[in-house]
Amino acid sequence: MEFKHDVVIVGTGLAGLRAAVEMPEGTDVALISKVYPTRSHSGAAQGGIAAALGNEEPDHPEWHMVDTIKGGDFLTDQDAAEVLAGDAPRAIFELEHMGVPFNRTPGGTIAQRAFGGHTREFGKAPVKRACHASDRTGRVILDTLYGQALRKGIKSYDEFQLLDLIRQGNRVVGLVVYELATGEIHLFQSRVVLLATGGFGKVFKTTSNCFANTGDGVYLAYKAGIPLQDMEFVQFHPTGIYGLGVLITEAARGEGGVLRNGDGERFMERYAPTLKDLAPRDMVSRAIAQEIREGRGVAHKDFVHLDLTHLGKERLKEKLSDISSFVRIYLGIDPSREPIPVQPTCHYMMGGIPTNLDGQVLDKDDQIMQGLFAAGECACVSVHGANRLGCNSLLDLVVFGRRAGKKMVENLPEISWTALPDRPEQGVLGAIDGLKKGKGREKTWQIRKEMQETMTESCSIFRHREGLTRGLAKIRELLERYEGIQIRDHGQRFNTDLLEALELASLLHLAHVSLVSSLNREESRGAHFREDYPERDDRNWLKHTLVEKGDPTPRVFYKPVRITRFEPKPRTY
Amino acid sequence: MEKQFKIFRFDPEKDSRARYQQYKVFAEPTERILDCLNRIKWDQDGTLAYRMSCGHGVCGSDAMRINGRCALACQKLVKEYEGKEVVLEPLPSFPVLKDLIVDMERFFARVRLVRPYLIAASEPPERERVQTPEDSRKLDEVIRCILCGCCTAACPVTAQNEAFLGPATLVWAFRTIFDTRDDRHTERLGQVDRPDGAWGCVNHFECTRVCPKEIPVTKSINAIKREIEKVFEK
Repeated sequence: MEFKHDVVIVGTGLAGLRAAVEMPEGTDVALISKVYPTRSHSGAAQGGIAAALGNEEPDHPEWHMVDTIKGGDFLTDQDAAEVLAGDAPRAIFELEHMGVPFNRTPGGTIAQRAFGGHTREFGKAPVKRACHASDRTGRVILDTLYGQALRKGIKSYDEFQLLDLIRQGNRVVGLVVYELATGEIHLFQSRVVLLATGGFGKVFKTTSNCFANTGDGVYLAYKAGIPLQDMEFVQFHPTGIYGLGVLITEAARGEGGVLRNGDGERFMERYAPTLKDLAPRDMVSRAIAQEIREGRGVAHKDFVHLDLTHLGKERLKEKLSDISSFVRIYLGIDPSREPIPVQPTCHYMMGGIPTNLDGQVLDKDDQIMQGLFAAGECACVSVHGANRLGCNSLLDLVVFGRRAGKKMVENLPEISWTALPDRPEQGVLGAIDGLKKGKGREKTWQIRKEMQETMTESCSIFRHREGLTRGLAKIRELLERYEGIQIRDHGQRFNTDLLEALELASLLHLAHVSLVSSLNREESRGAHFREDYPERDDRNWLKHTLVEKGDPTPRVFYKPVRITRFEPKPRTY
Repeated sequence: MEKQFKIFRFDPEKDSRARYQQYKVFAEPTERILDCLNRIKWDQDGTLAYRMSCGHGVCGSDAMRINGRCALACQKLVKEYEGKEVVLEPLPSFPVLKDLIVDMERFFARVRLVRPYLIAASEPPERERVQTPEDSRKLDEVIRCILCGCCTAACPVTAQNEAFLGPATLVWAFRTIFDTRDDRHTERLGQVDRPDGAWGCVNHFECTRVCPKEIPVTKSINAIKREIEKVFEK
């Protein structure tokens, strides 16, 4: 079928929904979700959303801005950090007015708690900046924004999978979309498209990400010729449940929890004497990996303990109830009595589709692509630089989702309808046909497993040239073997066998770009740590990486970091 | 250990009626039922269809009937079914679309019916609206709902009466009815004050037993009933 909407928003997490809600009455806007909107991965965010409200203790947006820049190891574009921190209080009050059930202070204002890397007076001590609803903050904001979208009567195409962007010159004029329930291929013609498709943590073996996080939007932008920015910066959250990767929020440490090694030592005191367990995530994850490497994992194994036993049952129940239940279900542990075995888990991609401060996608010449926007984890503003701070992601989604929405509305009158090219779905149909009728013997799960193992071995917390080179060769081999996949389900309805094979193409290409970027950056900055180049090198590397698809190898180039007010300094906590 | 699975299969494209298919998988006792399903799908039978996403009980996609009880496949571990065959079936009371995938449309339409968003009469203040911690805590339990459908599928009243709003819808009605910031209290109560609304619930407690987020669903519905009696002086 052919659908026609002025505005099409792909992805119904916080960024997509917040942009949708910004559309004035009467705008013809449609949402596309690969799941149901309330099942989007924003809902898995636990600990909070940052804003310098000062409800619990003095705070200031400028402190938040500087924390964000320093947290990103000075790769953060400072104008973006200023927008993020400056707009945060307004964004939180707006969410509250929409109905988000935030926890409250005794005085009835929004309650706040400490989070990693958020400090008072430029690093003096942790500050309570994270607004929260127990440890279900993402979920309740998602529910609230979904409610607002319903209130506005916004049309949503659920369980529709984006398969291609239709590009005409420097414009995206429509989308090729697959309806999971029927197997039909649809064309969506539009004047403006927003990609809000999330991240791709599924390139790694252990991740806090959902199965749906396969980076479809990011890959399709790359495929359409848009370069990807800062793809070497992958966040490993320090506290994933051992073996499973399920997230234990940083709020556990914000509420007073501590990490202990096999000797029972609170080792973060050695790595970050001021902030200790509340140092930024890249540093805490690296510290855990270092402890394990040096044989100080618990029982000499590859995990450490997150100790919440001193917090008391009441506090766990009120402020950390979901994670308490995860630990009980998956490990059989009562966190009020026993410490939790944790290890770093792939959590968030700092890199993605380059945009300006209004979500407009930038092409290889840093020019605005007309009619194409991106927001949220799939985008790279870059507001998180080389390492995102906890609680800045939900904030990014609502701040930049709204800004993208506003700009879309503003641009609409200037953008006319453009006819779709002839049979734009042809490429997609060919790919599907190939997967169904392939003569090869390759299996989706086998290639995916090898990709995840390769990325985990070569592109995790510690990286070096040899490992990255090996990883790159392996991913190239897997990209070739992908052509030999044959799926078993040849039916039309809910063909998740086909869906997984299509998603794997996105994952493989994004793994490839991440490896190319990681191998290229010969320094250590934020989440990107090169054992062969262990220092930050501002003289040569204070710049953003861009990778453009090329034949046969991608092209790597750079653009400067926007430094407005704060010169890079050594990063200690 | 080797685990025996018996899974409900139905593909309206090719099957005239439903059937059950047997599978065997090796699984650790601490693995999730979802891990087993994935192993079956990936290693043995790509045609098997089910929904899943977050894998840890937050998104609500993989609700199904496991050995007769509605639950999330990602929240149930192999060891809970020791020595037993595991039977997986789609959620009851929902139309089956394929294998373990059911039609959620009516379920979501019901939730939309109770207008699941805050409606305030006054212009919002410059900062946040003030709400006491006590008032905020009244919502702590119901906001855990992830719209998985387990409660509604397990509800004996829903099974008998299609018109009943169902437990999940009433939990969502509770969210706004008891939110002190909402100004449609009476109107919202009126909407569920009918035989197919809050009064349809006759305290079977099945919803409460199966809720994967441990929401006291029945208790919440009874709180709505008491509020109706209070406000409308019944």
